[in-house]
Amino acid sequence: MATSSRVINNIALSTETTDSTNKLVFWNFFVAFAAFALALPMGAYQVLERSGMFPALENALVYYSSTSTHGVLMAYVLSTYFIMGFGYHTAVHSLKQKLFSLKFAWTGFWISTIGVVLAAIPLLTGNASILYTFYPPEFAHPVFYIGAAMLIVGSWFWCVVMVVSTVQWKKANPGKPVPLIMYGTVLNALLWLWTSMGVASEVVFQLIPTSLGLADTLDPGLSRVLFSETLHGIVYFWLFPAYLVMYTILPKEVGGKLFSDEMARVAFVMLFIFSVPIGMHHLYMDPMVAAGWKLLHMIGTFMVAVPTLITGFTIIATMEIAGRLRGGKGLFGWLKTLDYQNPIVLASTLSLLMLTVGGWGGVINAAYSLDALIHNTQWIPGHFHLIYGGTTVIMYFAAAYWIWPKITGHQLFSKKLAILQLWLWFIGMWVTTMPWHYLGLIGQPRRVDTLQAYQQAEELLRSWDFSMLIMNFGALTLLISGLLFIYILFMTSRQPAVNEAEREVSYAVAIHPPLQVPKVLNSLAFWNWAMLIYLATSYGYPVLQFWFIGTPESAPWGY
Amino acid sequence: MAIHIDPLERKWIIMIAAIVLLTWVLIIYYAAVQNVHPPSNVEVIDSSRLHLASGVGGGEFMEDNLGVHRDPDGLLVVTMVAARYGFYPQHIEVPVNTPVRFRIASFDVLHGIMIPFSNMNTMVVPGYIAEVNTSFTKLGDFPLICDEYCGLGHAYMYGMIKIVPKDEFKLIAGVN
Repeated sequence: MATSSRVINNIALSTETTDSTNKLVFWNFFVAFAAFALALPMGAYQVLERSGMFPALENALVYYSSTSTHGVLMAYVLSTYFIMGFGYHTAVHSLKQKLFSLKFAWTGFWISTIGVVLAAIPLLTGNASILYTFYPPEFAHPVFYIGAAMLIVGSWFWCVVMVVSTVQWKKANPGKPVPLIMYGTVLNALLWLWTSMGVASEVVFQLIPTSLGLADTLDPGLSRVLFSETLHGIVYFWLFPAYLVMYTILPKEVGGKLFSDEMARVAFVMLFIFSVPIGMHHLYMDPMVAAGWKLLHMIGTFMVAVPTLITGFTIIATMEIAGRLRGGKGLFGWLKTLDYQNPIVLASTLSLLMLTVGGWGGVINAAYSLDALIHNTQWIPGHFHLIYGGTTVIMYFAAAYWIWPKITGHQLFSKKLAILQLWLWFIGMWVTTMPWHYLGLIGQPRRVDTLQAYQQAEELLRSWDFSMLIMNFGALTLLISGLLFIYILFMTSRQPAVNEAEREVSYAVAIHPPLQVPKVLNSLAFWNWAMLIYLATSYGYPVLQFWFIGTPESAPWGY
Repeated sequence: MAIHIDPLERKWIIMIAAIVLLTWVLIIYYAAVQNVHPPSNVEVIDSSRLHLASGVGGGEFMEDNLGVHRDPDGLLVVTMVAARYGFYPQHIEVPVNTPVRFRIASFDVLHGIMIPFSNMNTMVVPGYIAEVNTSFTKLGDFPLICDEYCGLGHAYMYGMIKIVPKDEFKLIAGVN
């Protein structure tokens, strides 16, 4: 088996291929982190504004406009572009072949980017202050929906490039397992195709026609059901590359080997199949879905715990093996020997810590009978900031530090500063989200620009004060950390060149690298059919019901 | 073709399976036996005609019918309208430890309603009647908070509910 992997590694990519891919990767990352840089201070502003401690900042118009922009840029732009850039890099370097079509990839990039710019205009001018979930019948300016649709359509080009490139490789390498990182990436591309169907149909068939006045009314119940089909899968779309860094880059960086290649594949297919057809746990509190469907989606939701816990095991086992190889002894002694000055090692460790607590919070959200206590309270932003902003984005940072010297050819500006940046992000995320979780439990709603309005509930209002004070420190720490990240990437472009060996891209090998894997763990078609059947079962009736329950539809409203 | 699974990993997978199974059993038990369900009544209404006696679901949410009343079976029912930016009636009173059914309809956009420290929480989707069955265990005044963004005045949208001892509770005809 060692021979076969060496043979694969020997296939050299032409300079032209790596250069053209690096350019594509760079510009995707550029948009991702530019969106991040713009959205970051908005987040900090919102925390300060909401705390009520700075009356001069209070302004509902600015608050909701900036919250909508922050959500769209962080959740849709940062994530999608990072994933696309990382995917292009992965496809070329793991498959050791050219992308299926560079032109196609750039076309997608431009469609998405024009879409982002279009959507940003109404967002920033206060003409799309309907938050990143844009629930009708409140309506934004039509340009917002057109821009959003273009962002999604452009990302589908990326999906096609990932799928076709993989299929080409499989044809050229019959019977061989698709490289682990690419198998995860292509499953994530398929996951995105399946899960973006919901929001795409909502935007194209309901929101765009109604916002343009082509349709007079719409059914907000149907919109919410369609959106829910996207709402959970999208979270795994964001998280998947973070896992891939842990599975395929971390083992080498930490100084060992991946614990299990096969179980990683099992986790990937489970993440794919169980993250999409379960979105109705977002609708537990909605009147237009019957209880039985919610219960069915609850069952599927808890299945996601399986690949998550397998991942936790595999990654920690991988780190333990490396720690023992480095001379670590005892039950926990190996933890002390790991090189936490390596951004990938540090970020993975911190990410897993945040995943543990954030995942536990997710179990509460997913619990059919407990959700009522925390639904739409401040607990919810606490949860998704910890899981996405924390667990996921900290891995995006680490991946950027790893990849930047490889694609730009410049040395990383300062490893020490990068380590400091990751620690600050980790600390800032706890100090921000822990008070939020607690505030949710003691009855504070999310999505409000001020909390001073509930004057008749004075006692409740005062019980929130302390947590509201603490969150300010968290937000400022995150702001500093985020700016530091941008600064490090910027300064890297002014550093001397790295030597060619450091630009070499290779991925971790498992302790027992499989020569062959069961067909089902190397397949795409099988899992697509499985998804179709599962999705039709879990969403078929709940969507079709809107054609016969006779809902009197709603006319569009402003905000 | 079998895959290679480490013995330790096998044990861990069994533990995962046990955790998931236990969670399912607990939730399904409370749903099936204790009847703990989220609000899920799938009942349509014409949100643009709440004030009229005619039309889909007409009459129930007319102004005169809002508030706390008893249905023919003796169950306490709270009928409310959610509209930017308030819940109507704005003040309600219900007895402690007594089953209460909330029926809420939106007059305009998407709203939510929650009462802190209780399991009273539902989305109010235009076109649908939100129904919550609950009972309150704590005495005192609590806000009914709109918990879904409904426009620029959303943070000002709330009402008040007073939970009173059973013997102090009196049903007042019409608005309570």
